[in-house]
Amino acid sequence: MTAAPLALMAELTHRCPLQCPYCSNPLALLKAGREKNTAFWLGVIDEAAALGVLQIHFSGGEPTLRQDLPELITHATKRGLYANLITSAVLLNENKLLALAQAGLAHVQISFQGAKAETADRIGNYQGGHDQKLAVAKLVTKLGMSLTINAVVHRQNLDELPAIIDLAVALDADRLEVAHVQYHGWALRNRAALMPTREAFETADALVTRRREELRGKMSIDYVVPDYYAQAPKTCMGGWGRQFLNVTPDGRVLPCHAAESIPGLVFEQIGARPLHDIWYGSAAFEKFRGTGWMQEPCSNCALKEVDFGGCRCQALALAGDAAATDPVCHLSPRHAAILAMAEAESVADTRDFVYRRL
Amino acid sequence: MITRDSVPALRRGIRRQFDSARNTHVLLGPERVIVLDEIAAAITNLVDSKHSVAEISATLAERFVADSAMVEADVIEFVTSLLEKGLATA
Repeated sequence: MTAAPLALMAELTHRCPLQCPYCSNPLALLKAGREKNTAFWLGVIDEAAALGVLQIHFSGGEPTLRQDLPELITHATKRGLYANLITSAVLLNENKLLALAQAGLAHVQISFQGAKAETADRIGNYQGGHDQKLAVAKLVTKLGMSLTINAVVHRQNLDELPAIIDLAVALDADRLEVAHVQYHGWALRNRAALMPTREAFETADALVTRRREELRGKMSIDYVVPDYYAQAPKTCMGGWGRQFLNVTPDGRVLPCHAAESIPGLVFEQIGARPLHDIWYGSAAFEKFRGTGWMQEPCSNCALKEVDFGGCRCQALALAGDAAATDPVCHLSPRHAAILAMAEAESVADTRDFVYRRL
Repeated sequence: MITRDSVPALRRGIRRQFDSARNTHVLLGPERVIVLDEIAAAITNLVDSKHSVAEISATLAERFVADSAMVEADVIEFVTSLLEKGLATA
């Protein structure tokens, strides 16, 4: 039986001052004119709370570009939703942050593109961004909100990981998220400029394991491994349509932020159909829910209800079939070829990025 | 280390609430939903930077008519787990 979702990602806008080359937004970004208005998002919050959602992640693009953000946070908090803000922080200042805190914001997650300003500002293609993030991070804890530092790591900043961890400790972060790039959308396009060597990945892996133990109880470290070097696939989104839903800036409901890359799925619009019915009954959510859709080797795998076959978008991108076993799994017939490709790209002489742009 | 004299508090940004959709108490934090059973919810209610572990234990031993030493051991274990998960400070 399908359970109620736990979390909703509200992608309020695709506009963003940063241009990170691994952005999780789709290649075809939506312009401001396609964004939904305040009344729409207030309705989404009402429907989500009634459905049993406990956490709302205000995201984008850059969600602080929306003037109605304090109003949306106030409403979410009133409805019992735990409000998280996923931000680049470069547009925030003390007054704006105070308004969000007073609206009930519980947790702010700030992205860092490196430990050094020079590295970070080049990756985000935004001069002065790193220093601005540092200033805002200090304000978050001063105002009593929980602080997460999010660091997406890859070949061009992985050598700064020890300093990134130190930075998060110095900022008194409650939580650090170290996420190797997941290769969808913009990141897939930039893969050869981002893929770390296997050796660098193993060094990072050992470092995170050691620091996590040292920092236990002070700062938690969540770690997302680079798929291509993994043995088993990740339990993508906790399983398709099991815990999570994503609402795009133009109001469509997705099982994950990258699901639009899968052709043939129709994502329904909030307003055209109740969110409850979309979650429990829409064809796109039913398509890869549970285990009935699986092929060999997933269908006979002892772990099929642990990892749910891995990532559907990655299966499409690398195997050409969204219902195939995620090719990063060692049981996939494509696993060896994927690993060889990753290792070849990791030593490629590619440094330039295709920056994310509208 | 948590002792009977420790005075625990929920860490900043951690919230306790009743989840009416699932009919249970929960702790909510960044990327976290912790379902609390009746005992865990009762302990968490008193993790408020005012009560010591000894006081929390005495209150609960009286309410549940249980042996206070056993309750205290349970409270220490549970509060320790909250600290290790980064959900509380002491």
